[in-house]
Amino acid sequence: MSDRGRTLIEFRGVTVRFGERTVLDSIDFVVEQGDFVGIIGPNAGGKTTLLKVMLGLVEPDEGEVLAFGTSPREARGLIGYVPQYARFDADFPITVAEMVGMGRLGRGRGRSRSEDREAVSRALTRLELTSVATARLGKLSGGQLQRALIARALVSEPRALLLDEPTASLDTQIGRSVYELLEQLADEIPIVLVSHDVGVISRTVRTIACLNVRMHYHHSKELTPEMVEAVYGCPVDLVAHGVPHRVLELHDGAR
Amino acid sequence: MIAEALSYPFFQRALIAGLLASVACGVMGSLVVVRKISSIAGGLSHAAFGGVGLGYLFGFDPMIGALGFGVASAAGLGAAELRMRQGLDTLISMVWAVGMALGIVFVSLAPGPAPDLLGFLFGNILLVSPGYLLLVAALDLLVILVVFALFRQLRAICFDEEFSWVVGVPVAPLFLLMLVLVALTVVTLIRVVGVILVIALLTMPAAIARHWTDQLLRMMLLSVGIGAVCISGGLFLTYALSARYALDLPTGPAIILLAALLFGISFASRTIGRRNG
Repeated sequence: MSDRGRTLIEFRGVTVRFGERTVLDSIDFVVEQGDFVGIIGPNAGGKTTLLKVMLGLVEPDEGEVLAFGTSPREARGLIGYVPQYARFDADFPITVAEMVGMGRLGRGRGRSRSEDREAVSRALTRLELTSVATARLGKLSGGQLQRALIARALVSEPRALLLDEPTASLDTQIGRSVYELLEQLADEIPIVLVSHDVGVISRTVRTIACLNVRMHYHHSKELTPEMVEAVYGCPVDLVAHGVPHRVLELHDGAR
Repeated sequence: MIAEALSYPFFQRALIAGLLASVACGVMGSLVVVRKISSIAGGLSHAAFGGVGLGYLFGFDPMIGALGFGVASAAGLGAAELRMRQGLDTLISMVWAVGMALGIVFVSLAPGPAPDLLGFLFGNILLVSPGYLLLVAALDLLVILVVFALFRQLRAICFDEEFSWVVGVPVAPLFLLMLVLVALTVVTLIRVVGVILVIALLTMPAAIARHWTDQLLRMMLLSVGIGAVCISGGLFLTYALSARYALDLPTGPAIILLAALLFGISFASRTIGRRNG
Protein backbone atom coordinates (compact mmCIF):
# COMPACT_ATOMS: atom_id res chain seq x y z
CA MET A 1 0.00 0.00 0.00
CA SER A 2 1.72 3.17 -1.21
CA ASP A 3 0.33 5.55 1.42
CA ARG A 4 1.00 3.25 4.39
CA GLY A 5 2.00 5.32 7.39
CA ARG A 6 -0.03 8.36 6.36
CA THR A 7 -1.73 9.94 9.40
CA LEU A 8 -5.52 9.50 9.34
CA ILE A 9 -6.65 10.31 12.87
CA GLU A 10 -4.66 12.37 15.34
CA PHE A 11 -5.27 13.26 19.01
CA ARG A 12 -3.29 16.20 20.37
CA GLY A 13 -3.48 16.59 24.15
CA VAL A 14 -7.12 15.53 24.33
CA THR A 15 -8.86 15.70 27.69
CA VAL A 16 -12.49 14.76 28.28
CA ARG A 17 -14.39 15.28 31.52
CA PHE A 18 -17.84 14.09 32.47
CA GLY A 19 -18.74 16.53 35.23
CA GLU A 20 -16.03 16.36 37.87
CA ARG A 21 -14.61 13.09 36.55
CA THR A 22 -11.75 13.10 34.05
CA VAL A 23 -12.36 10.28 31.58
CA LEU A 24 -9.48 10.94 29.17
CA ASP A 25 -6.40 12.88 30.26
CA SER A 26 -3.97 14.54 27.82
CA ILE A 27 -4.22 11.87 25.13
CA ASP A 28 -1.74 11.97 22.24
CA PHE A 29 -2.52 9.26 19.74
CA VAL A 30 -2.17 8.68 16.01
CA VAL A 31 -3.86 6.22 13.69
CA GLU A 32 -2.02 5.73 10.42
CA GLN A 33 -2.87 4.05 7.15
CA GLY A 34 -2.20 0.32 7.54
CA ASP A 35 -2.66 0.33 11.31
CA PHE A 36 -4.48 -2.39 13.23
CA VAL A 37 -4.51 -0.98 16.74
CA GLY A 38 -5.87 -2.72 19.79
CA ILE A 39 -6.66 -0.54 22.80
CA ILE A 40 -6.76 -2.39 26.09
CA GLY A 41 -7.54 -1.20 29.56
CA PRO A 42 -9.81 -1.77 32.52
CA ASN A 43 -13.55 -1.08 32.49
CA ALA A 44 -14.34 2.63 32.85
CA GLY A 45 -10.83 3.40 31.63
CA GLY A 46 -12.13 5.60 28.78
CA LYS A 47 -11.90 3.13 25.87
CA THR A 48 -15.41 3.69 24.52
CA THR A 49 -15.13 7.44 25.10
CA LEU A 50 -11.93 7.47 23.03
CA LEU A 51 -13.81 5.88 20.12
CA LYS A 52 -16.67 8.34 20.54
CA VAL A 53 -14.25 11.26 20.40
CA MET A 54 -12.83 9.87 17.13
CA LEU A 55 -16.38 9.66 15.76
CA GLY A 56 -17.33 13.18 16.87
CA LEU A 57 -19.96 11.85 19.29
CA VAL A 58 -18.09 13.35 22.25
CA GLU A 59 -16.35 16.72 22.09
CA PRO A 60 -13.03 17.08 23.94
CA ASP A 61 -12.82 19.64 26.75
CA GLU A 62 -9.19 20.31 25.91
CA GLY A 63 -6.95 19.49 22.98
CA GLU A 64 -7.68 18.80 19.36
CA VAL A 65 -8.72 15.83 17.24
CA LEU A 66 -8.20 15.64 13.50
CA ALA A 67 -9.85 12.94 11.40
CA PHE A 68 -8.80 12.89 7.76
CA GLY A 69 -7.49 16.43 8.12
CA THR A 70 -10.68 17.90 9.57
CA SER A 71 -12.82 17.71 12.69
CA PRO A 72 -14.50 14.37 13.43
CA ARG A 73 -17.91 16.01 12.98
CA GLU A 74 -16.93 17.10 9.49
CA ALA A 75 -15.49 13.65 8.79
CA ARG A 76 -18.78 11.91 9.56
CA GLY A 77 -19.31 9.04 7.17
CA LEU A 78 -15.61 8.42 6.59
CA ILE A 79 -15.23 6.22 9.66
CA GLY A 80 -17.09 2.92 10.01
CA TYR A 81 -18.33 2.13 13.51
CA VAL A 82 -19.22 -1.20 15.10
CA PRO A 83 -20.79 -0.57 18.52
CA GLN A 84 -21.28 -3.12 21.26
CA TYR A 85 -24.30 -5.08 20.11
CA ALA A 86 -25.80 -5.80 23.53
CA ARG A 87 -27.66 -2.49 23.61
CA PHE A 88 -29.97 -3.19 20.66
CA ASP A 89 -33.69 -3.83 20.95
CA ALA A 90 -33.95 -7.42 19.75
CA ASP A 91 -37.67 -6.97 19.02
CA PHE A 92 -37.20 -4.00 16.70
CA PRO A 93 -39.03 -4.76 13.43
CA ILE A 94 -36.06 -4.66 11.08
CA THR A 95 -34.47 -7.35 8.93
CA VAL A 96 -30.75 -8.03 8.64
CA ALA A 97 -30.59 -6.57 5.12
CA GLU A 98 -32.48 -3.44 6.23
CA MET A 99 -30.12 -2.98 9.19
CA VAL A 100 -27.04 -3.40 7.01
CA GLY A 101 -28.56 -0.90 4.55
CA MET A 102 -28.41 1.76 7.27
CA GLY A 103 -24.75 2.12 6.35
CA ARG A 104 -25.78 3.60 2.99
CA LEU A 105 -27.82 6.45 4.43
CA GLY A 106 -25.08 9.01 4.85
CA ARG A 107 -23.84 11.72 2.59
CA GLY A 108 -22.18 10.84 -0.69
CA ARG A 109 -23.14 7.16 -0.74
CA GLY A 110 -24.99 5.29 -3.46
CA ARG A 111 -26.60 7.52 -6.03
CA SER A 112 -29.53 5.15 -6.41
CA ARG A 113 -31.50 2.58 -4.48
CA SER A 114 -30.26 -0.14 -6.82
CA GLU A 115 -26.64 0.81 -6.07
CA ASP A 116 -27.46 0.63 -2.37
CA ARG A 117 -29.08 -2.78 -2.75
CA GLU A 118 -26.03 -4.08 -4.63
CA ALA A 119 -23.67 -2.78 -1.95
CA VAL A 120 -25.76 -4.42 0.78
CA SER A 121 -25.88 -7.66 -1.17
CA ARG A 122 -22.08 -7.66 -1.57
CA ALA A 123 -21.57 -7.00 2.13
CA LEU A 124 -24.00 -9.77 3.13
CA THR A 125 -22.24 -12.21 0.81
CA ARG A 126 -18.80 -11.28 2.12
CA LEU A 127 -19.88 -11.67 5.74
CA GLU A 128 -21.72 -14.94 4.95
CA LEU A 129 -25.10 -13.56 5.92
CA THR A 130 -27.04 -14.10 2.69
CA SER A 131 -29.11 -16.93 4.17
CA VAL A 132 -30.38 -14.70 6.98
CA ALA A 133 -30.82 -11.48 4.96
CA THR A 134 -34.60 -11.39 5.45
CA ALA A 135 -34.56 -12.62 9.06
CA ARG A 136 -35.40 -10.26 11.90
CA LEU A 137 -32.30 -9.04 13.64
CA GLY A 138 -33.42 -10.49 16.97
CA LYS A 139 -33.35 -14.01 15.52
CA LEU A 140 -29.60 -13.99 14.79
CA SER A 141 -27.00 -15.77 16.90
CA GLY A 142 -24.39 -13.65 18.66
CA GLY A 143 -21.74 -14.31 16.00
CA GLN A 144 -24.15 -13.58 13.13
CA LEU A 145 -25.24 -10.34 14.77
CA GLN A 146 -21.63 -9.24 15.21
CA ARG A 147 -20.94 -9.99 11.53
CA ALA A 148 -24.09 -8.07 10.57
CA LEU A 149 -22.85 -5.04 12.51
CA ILE A 150 -19.48 -5.27 10.76
CA ALA A 151 -21.30 -5.55 7.40
CA ARG A 152 -23.29 -2.40 8.25
CA ALA A 153 -20.08 -0.52 8.96
CA LEU A 154 -18.35 -1.79 5.80
CA VAL A 155 -21.25 -1.08 3.47
CA SER A 156 -20.69 2.63 4.04
CA GLU A 157 -17.27 2.22 2.34
CA PRO A 158 -15.39 3.78 5.26
CA ARG A 159 -11.72 4.79 5.23
CA ALA A 160 -11.17 3.50 8.79
CA LEU A 161 -13.02 1.05 11.02
CA LEU A 162 -13.61 1.38 14.77
CA LEU A 163 -14.92 -1.52 16.85
CA ASP A 164 -16.08 -1.40 20.47
CA GLU A 165 -15.61 -4.69 22.32
CA PRO A 166 -16.39 -6.78 19.22
CA THR A 167 -16.35 -10.09 21.08
CA ALA A 168 -17.65 -9.03 24.48
CA SER A 169 -20.79 -11.20 24.41
CA LEU A 170 -19.50 -14.05 22.27
CA ASP A 171 -18.12 -17.42 23.28
CA THR A 172 -14.43 -18.08 22.67
CA GLN A 173 -14.78 -19.95 19.36
CA ILE A 174 -17.10 -17.40 17.76
CA GLY A 175 -14.97 -14.59 19.13
CA ARG A 176 -11.93 -16.15 17.44
CA SER A 177 -13.77 -16.27 14.10
CA VAL A 178 -14.59 -12.57 14.44
CA TYR A 179 -10.91 -11.78 15.05
CA GLU A 180 -9.92 -13.88 12.01
CA LEU A 181 -12.32 -11.80 9.95
CA LEU A 182 -10.81 -8.60 11.33
CA GLU A 183 -7.31 -9.81 10.47
CA GLN A 184 -8.43 -10.18 6.84
CA LEU A 185 -10.08 -6.76 6.85
CA ALA A 186 -6.97 -5.14 8.33
CA ASP A 187 -5.18 -5.72 5.01
CA GLU A 188 -7.68 -3.39 3.34
CA ILE A 189 -8.61 -0.79 5.92
CA PRO A 190 -7.06 0.64 9.10
CA ILE A 191 -8.76 -0.73 12.20
CA VAL A 192 -8.93 0.45 15.80
CA LEU A 193 -10.61 -1.84 18.28
CA VAL A 194 -11.03 -1.61 22.01
CA SER A 195 -11.32 -4.55 24.36
CA HIS A 196 -10.63 -5.53 27.92
CA ASP A 197 -9.60 -8.99 26.68
CA VAL A 198 -5.82 -8.56 26.71
CA GLY A 199 -5.06 -12.15 25.68
CA VAL A 200 -7.08 -12.36 22.48
CA ILE A 201 -6.43 -8.82 21.34
CA SER A 202 -2.67 -9.12 21.71
CA ARG A 203 -2.57 -12.14 19.41
CA THR A 204 -4.57 -10.35 16.69
CA VAL A 205 -3.60 -6.71 16.35
CA ARG A 206 -0.39 -5.15 14.98
CA THR A 207 0.04 -2.51 17.69
CA ILE A 208 -1.27 -2.19 21.23
CA ALA A 209 -2.18 0.89 23.25
CA CYS A 210 -2.96 0.80 26.95
CA LEU A 211 -5.61 3.19 28.24
CA ASN A 212 -6.75 3.95 31.73
CA VAL A 213 -7.67 7.65 31.55
CA ARG A 214 -4.07 8.24 30.36
CA MET A 215 -2.73 6.45 27.31
CA HIS A 216 0.53 4.51 26.86
CA TYR A 217 1.29 3.90 23.20
CA HIS A 218 4.56 3.43 21.36
CA HIS A 219 3.10 2.43 18.00
CA SER A 220 4.36 -1.11 18.45
CA LYS A 221 3.08 -4.43 19.68
CA GLU A 222 5.45 -4.35 22.60
CA LEU A 223 3.54 -4.53 25.85
CA THR A 224 6.00 -3.84 28.62
CA PRO A 225 5.34 -4.56 32.30
CA GLU A 226 5.67 -0.82 32.86
CA MET A 227 2.83 -0.06 30.39
CA VAL A 228 0.51 -2.63 31.89
CA GLU A 229 1.41 -1.59 35.41
CA ALA A 230 0.73 2.04 34.56
CA VAL A 231 -2.65 1.17 33.13
CA TYR A 232 -3.82 -1.30 35.72
CA GLY A 233 -2.13 0.54 38.54
CA CYS A 234 -0.63 -2.50 40.19
CA PRO A 235 2.43 -4.75 39.93
CA VAL A 236 1.98 -7.34 37.15
CA ASP A 237 3.87 -10.30 35.87
CA LEU A 238 3.84 -10.65 32.07
CA VAL A 239 3.59 -14.37 31.32
CA ALA A 240 4.91 -13.83 27.81
CA HIS A 241 5.56 -10.93 25.54
CA GLY A 242 2.26 -9.11 25.06
CA VAL A 243 -0.03 -11.81 26.33
CA PRO A 244 -2.16 -12.23 29.44
CA HIS A 245 -0.62 -10.97 32.60
CA ARG A 246 -0.95 -11.99 36.20
CA VAL A 247 -1.95 -9.32 38.66
CA LEU A 248 0.35 -9.65 41.64
CA GLU A 249 -1.51 -7.38 44.00
CA LEU A 250 -5.24 -6.67 44.00
CA HIS A 251 -6.42 -3.09 44.02
CA ASP A 252 -9.47 -1.03 43.00
CA GLY A 253 -8.29 -0.33 39.46
CA ALA A 254 -7.75 -4.00 38.71
CA ARG A 255 -11.46 -4.78 38.66
CA MET B 1 -78.51 -2.15 12.33
CA ILE B 2 -75.37 -1.23 10.38
CA ALA B 3 -77.41 0.20 7.48
CA GLU B 4 -79.50 2.16 9.94
CA ALA B 5 -76.44 3.65 11.59
CA LEU B 6 -74.92 4.55 8.24
CA SER B 7 -78.08 6.40 7.22
CA TYR B 8 -77.34 9.16 9.76
CA PRO B 9 -75.06 11.95 8.48
CA PHE B 10 -73.45 12.38 11.92
CA PHE B 11 -72.57 8.68 12.00
CA GLN B 12 -71.20 8.81 8.45
CA ARG B 13 -68.97 11.74 9.42
CA ALA B 14 -67.86 9.96 12.58
CA LEU B 15 -66.97 6.81 10.66
CA ILE B 16 -65.08 8.70 7.96
CA ALA B 17 -63.26 10.70 10.66
CA GLY B 18 -62.31 7.48 12.45
CA LEU B 19 -61.06 5.78 9.30
CA LEU B 20 -59.04 8.86 8.31
CA ALA B 21 -57.64 9.22 11.84
CA SER B 22 -56.50 5.60 11.85
CA VAL B 23 -54.08 6.35 8.98
CA ALA B 24 -52.00 9.00 10.78
CA CYS B 25 -52.49 7.12 14.02
CA GLY B 26 -51.16 3.83 12.62
CA VAL B 27 -48.15 5.37 10.89
CA MET B 28 -47.04 7.70 13.69
CA GLY B 29 -48.08 5.25 16.42
CA SER B 30 -45.71 2.66 14.96
CA LEU B 31 -42.81 5.11 15.15
CA VAL B 32 -43.79 6.05 18.72
CA VAL B 33 -43.83 2.39 19.76
CA VAL B 34 -40.53 1.34 18.17
CA ARG B 35 -38.74 4.50 19.34
CA LYS B 36 -40.25 3.99 22.83
CA ILE B 37 -41.47 7.57 23.21
CA SER B 38 -45.06 6.88 24.26
CA SER B 39 -44.51 8.87 27.46
CA ILE B 40 -43.45 11.87 25.35
CA ALA B 41 -46.56 11.44 23.18
CA GLY B 42 -48.67 11.32 26.36
CA GLY B 43 -47.00 14.51 27.57
CA LEU B 44 -47.78 16.19 24.25
CA SER B 45 -51.48 15.33 24.38
CA HIS B 46 -51.87 16.64 27.92
CA ALA B 47 -49.80 19.74 27.15
CA ALA B 48 -52.21 20.40 24.26
CA PHE B 49 -55.01 20.81 26.79
CA GLY B 50 -53.35 24.06 27.86
CA GLY B 51 -53.90 25.32 24.31
CA VAL B 52 -57.55 24.28 24.44
CA GLY B 53 -57.98 26.45 27.55
CA LEU B 54 -56.12 29.33 25.92
CA GLY B 55 -58.50 29.16 22.96
CA TYR B 56 -61.50 29.45 25.26
CA LEU B 57 -59.90 32.30 27.21
CA PHE B 58 -59.14 34.45 24.15
CA GLY B 59 -62.04 33.32 21.99
CA PHE B 60 -60.27 31.46 19.18
CA ASP B 61 -60.68 27.86 18.04
CA PRO B 62 -59.44 25.64 20.91
CA MET B 63 -57.98 23.19 18.35
CA ILE B 64 -55.67 25.95 17.08
CA GLY B 65 -54.50 26.49 20.65
CA ALA B 66 -54.01 22.74 21.11
CA LEU B 67 -51.94 22.56 17.91
CA GLY B 68 -49.75 25.45 19.08
CA PHE B 69 -49.16 23.98 22.53
CA GLY B 70 -48.63 20.49 21.11
CA VAL B 71 -46.04 21.57 18.55
CA ALA B 72 -44.22 23.83 21.05
CA SER B 73 -44.10 21.01 23.58
CA ALA B 74 -42.84 18.62 20.89
CA ALA B 75 -39.97 20.95 20.10
CA GLY B 76 -39.11 21.38 23.79
CA LEU B 77 -39.36 17.73 24.78
CA GLY B 78 -37.61 16.64 21.59
CA ALA B 79 -34.65 18.91 22.27
CA ALA B 80 -34.54 17.65 25.86
CA GLU B 81 -34.67 14.00 24.73
CA LEU B 82 -31.69 14.57 22.42
CA ARG B 83 -29.63 16.33 25.10
CA MET B 84 -30.48 14.75 28.45
CA ARG B 85 -30.64 11.00 28.74
CA GLN B 86 -31.47 11.07 32.42
CA GLY B 87 -34.15 12.98 34.25
CA LEU B 88 -36.30 13.31 31.14
CA ASP B 89 -39.18 11.43 32.76
CA THR B 90 -39.47 14.18 35.37
CA LEU B 91 -39.60 16.84 32.66
CA ILE B 92 -42.27 14.90 30.75
CA SER B 93 -44.36 14.58 33.92
CA MET B 94 -44.06 18.32 34.49
CA VAL B 95 -45.12 19.19 30.93
CA TRP B 96 -47.94 16.63 31.25
CA ALA B 97 -49.33 18.13 34.49
CA VAL B 98 -48.61 21.79 33.72
CA GLY B 99 -50.49 21.50 30.39
CA MET B 100 -53.55 20.15 32.16
CA ALA B 101 -53.29 22.75 34.94
CA LEU B 102 -52.95 25.61 32.45
CA GLY B 103 -55.96 24.33 30.50
CA ILE B 104 -58.14 24.27 33.61
CA VAL B 105 -56.92 27.70 34.82
CA PHE B 106 -57.49 29.29 31.38
CA VAL B 107 -60.98 27.79 31.11
CA SER B 108 -61.89 28.99 34.61
CA LEU B 109 -60.76 32.52 33.65
CA ALA B 110 -62.68 32.45 30.34
CA PRO B 111 -65.75 34.70 30.12
CA GLY B 112 -69.25 33.30 29.57
CA PRO B 113 -70.67 29.87 30.38
CA ALA B 114 -68.25 27.04 31.11
CA PRO B 115 -67.47 25.08 27.96
CA ASP B 116 -67.99 21.32 27.66
CA LEU B 117 -64.54 20.04 28.57
CA LEU B 118 -65.59 16.39 28.66
CA GLY B 119 -65.50 16.34 24.87
CA PHE B 120 -61.83 17.32 24.95
CA LEU B 121 -60.95 15.03 27.83
CA PHE B 122 -62.69 11.89 26.53
CA GLY B 123 -63.45 12.77 22.90
CA ASN B 124 -66.69 13.07 21.01
CA ILE B 125 -66.31 11.64 17.56
CA LEU B 126 -70.07 11.81 16.96
CA LEU B 127 -69.95 15.60 16.89
CA VAL B 128 -67.16 16.10 14.33
CA SER B 129 -67.76 18.69 11.62
CA PRO B 130 -67.05 18.43 7.86
CA GLY B 131 -64.16 20.84 8.46
CA TYR B 132 -62.60 18.32 10.86
CA LEU B 133 -62.69 15.67 8.14
CA LEU B 134 -60.68 17.98 5.90
CA LEU B 135 -58.21 18.60 8.73
CA VAL B 136 -57.64 14.87 9.29
CA ALA B 137 -57.36 14.22 5.55
CA ALA B 138 -54.71 16.96 5.29
CA LEU B 139 -52.85 15.47 8.27
CA ASP B 140 -52.92 12.02 6.66
CA LEU B 141 -51.50 13.44 3.45
CA LEU B 142 -48.72 15.24 5.32
CA VAL B 143 -47.84 12.18 7.41
CA ILE B 144 -47.80 9.85 4.41
CA LEU B 145 -45.68 12.20 2.30
CA VAL B 146 -43.11 12.92 5.02
CA VAL B 147 -42.83 9.44 6.50
CA PHE B 148 -42.55 7.61 3.22
CA ALA B 149 -40.12 10.13 1.73
CA LEU B 150 -37.88 9.78 4.80
CA PHE B 151 -38.79 6.23 5.77
CA ARG B 152 -35.28 4.71 5.82
CA GLN B 153 -33.83 7.64 7.76
CA LEU B 154 -36.67 7.64 10.32
CA ARG B 155 -36.35 3.88 10.79
CA ALA B 156 -32.61 4.28 11.23
CA ILE B 157 -32.84 6.96 13.93
CA CYS B 158 -35.49 4.93 15.76
CA PHE B 159 -33.29 1.81 15.70
CA ASP B 160 -29.82 3.22 16.32
CA GLU B 161 -29.55 6.97 16.74
CA GLU B 162 -25.81 6.93 17.38
CA PHE B 163 -24.87 4.94 14.27
CA SER B 164 -27.26 7.04 12.17
CA TRP B 165 -25.42 10.17 13.27
CA VAL B 166 -22.05 8.57 12.57
CA VAL B 167 -22.93 7.81 8.94
CA GLY B 168 -24.22 11.35 8.43
CA VAL B 169 -28.00 11.16 8.96
CA PRO B 170 -29.31 14.50 10.38
CA VAL B 171 -30.64 12.87 13.55
CA ALA B 172 -31.78 15.92 15.53
CA PRO B 173 -33.84 17.61 12.76
CA LEU B 174 -35.44 14.29 11.82
CA PHE B 175 -36.29 13.44 15.43
CA LEU B 176 -37.85 16.86 15.96
CA LEU B 177 -39.80 16.55 12.71
CA MET B 178 -41.06 13.15 13.86
CA LEU B 179 -42.17 14.57 17.20
CA VAL B 180 -43.97 17.49 15.53
CA LEU B 181 -45.88 14.99 13.37
CA VAL B 182 -46.68 13.00 16.52
CA ALA B 183 -47.97 16.21 18.15
CA LEU B 184 -50.15 17.02 15.11
CA THR B 185 -51.52 13.47 15.13
CA VAL B 186 -52.18 13.49 18.85
CA VAL B 187 -53.95 16.84 18.76
CA THR B 188 -56.09 15.77 15.82
CA LEU B 189 -57.02 12.52 17.57
CA ILE B 190 -58.23 14.43 20.64
CA ARG B 191 -61.59 14.81 18.86
CA VAL B 192 -61.86 11.03 18.57
CA VAL B 193 -60.96 9.78 22.05
CA GLY B 194 -59.92 12.87 24.02
CA VAL B 195 -56.74 14.09 25.69
CA ILE B 196 -56.67 11.38 28.32
CA LEU B 197 -57.15 8.36 26.06
CA VAL B 198 -55.35 9.47 22.92
CA ILE B 199 -52.05 7.87 23.86
CA ALA B 200 -53.77 4.47 24.04
CA LEU B 201 -55.24 4.88 20.56
CA LEU B 202 -51.86 5.92 19.23
CA THR B 203 -49.92 3.01 20.70
CA MET B 204 -52.23 0.00 21.05
CA PRO B 205 -52.88 -0.72 17.35
CA ALA B 206 -49.13 -0.40 16.72
CA ALA B 207 -48.32 -2.64 19.68
CA ILE B 208 -50.75 -5.27 18.35
CA ALA B 209 -49.26 -4.98 14.84
CA ARG B 210 -45.77 -5.48 16.25
CA HIS B 211 -46.80 -8.94 17.41
CA TRP B 212 -47.31 -10.07 13.83
CA THR B 213 -44.59 -8.62 11.63
CA ASP B 214 -40.83 -8.25 11.43
CA GLN B 215 -40.83 -5.15 9.23
CA LEU B 216 -41.64 -1.57 10.19
CA LEU B 217 -43.49 -0.73 6.96
CA ARG B 218 -45.78 -3.73 7.36
CA MET B 219 -46.25 -2.83 11.00
CA MET B 220 -47.47 0.62 9.95
CA LEU B 221 -49.92 -0.78 7.39
CA LEU B 222 -51.22 -3.39 9.82
CA SER B 223 -51.53 -0.77 12.53
CA VAL B 224 -53.66 1.43 10.25
CA GLY B 225 -56.00 -1.51 9.66
CA ILE B 226 -56.21 -2.40 13.36
CA GLY B 227 -56.88 1.25 14.27
CA ALA B 228 -59.68 1.38 11.68
CA VAL B 229 -61.21 -1.81 13.11
CA CYS B 230 -61.04 -0.45 16.68
CA ILE B 231 -62.56 2.95 15.86
CA SER B 232 -65.30 1.69 13.57
CA GLY B 233 -65.94 -1.25 15.94
CA GLY B 234 -66.29 1.15 18.88
CA LEU B 235 -68.64 3.34 16.89
CA PHE B 236 -70.93 0.50 15.80
CA LEU B 237 -70.82 -1.12 19.24
CA THR B 238 -71.92 2.01 21.10
CA TYR B 239 -74.57 2.74 18.46
CA ALA B 240 -75.96 -0.79 18.75
CA LEU B 241 -76.01 -0.71 22.55
CA SER B 242 -77.79 2.63 22.47
CA ALA B 243 -80.34 1.68 19.80
CA ARG B 244 -81.14 -1.79 21.09
CA TYR B 245 -80.67 -1.57 24.85
CA ALA B 246 -80.92 2.21 25.45
CA LEU B 247 -77.43 1.92 26.98
CA ASP B 248 -75.55 5.15 26.23
CA LEU B 249 -71.83 4.46 26.44
CA PRO B 250 -69.27 7.10 25.46
CA THR B 251 -67.63 6.15 22.16
CA GLY B 252 -64.04 7.15 23.02
CA PRO B 253 -63.63 4.82 25.99
CA ALA B 254 -65.43 2.05 24.07
CA ILE B 255 -62.83 2.35 21.25
CA ILE B 256 -59.98 2.12 23.75
CA LEU B 257 -61.50 -0.88 25.56
CA LEU B 258 -61.98 -2.65 22.24
CA ALA B 259 -58.33 -1.97 21.35
CA ALA B 260 -57.27 -3.30 24.76
CA LEU B 261 -59.33 -6.45 24.19
CA LEU B 262 -57.69 -6.97 20.79
CA PHE B 263 -54.28 -6.43 22.35
CA GLY B 264 -55.01 -9.09 24.98
CA ILE B 265 -56.17 -11.58 22.33
CA SER B 266 -53.15 -10.81 20.14
CA PHE B 267 -50.71 -11.16 23.02
CA ALA B 268 -52.24 -14.46 24.15
CA SER B 269 -52.26 -15.85 20.57
CA ARG B 270 -48.64 -14.91 20.06
CA THR B 271 -47.57 -16.38 23.37
CA ILE B 272 -49.42 -19.66 22.70
CA GLY B 273 -48.06 -19.71 19.15
CA ARG B 274 -44.48 -19.33 20.40
CA ARG B 275 -44.91 -22.07 23.00
CA ASN B 276 -46.20 -24.43 20.34
CA GLY B 277 -43.15 -23.75 18.24
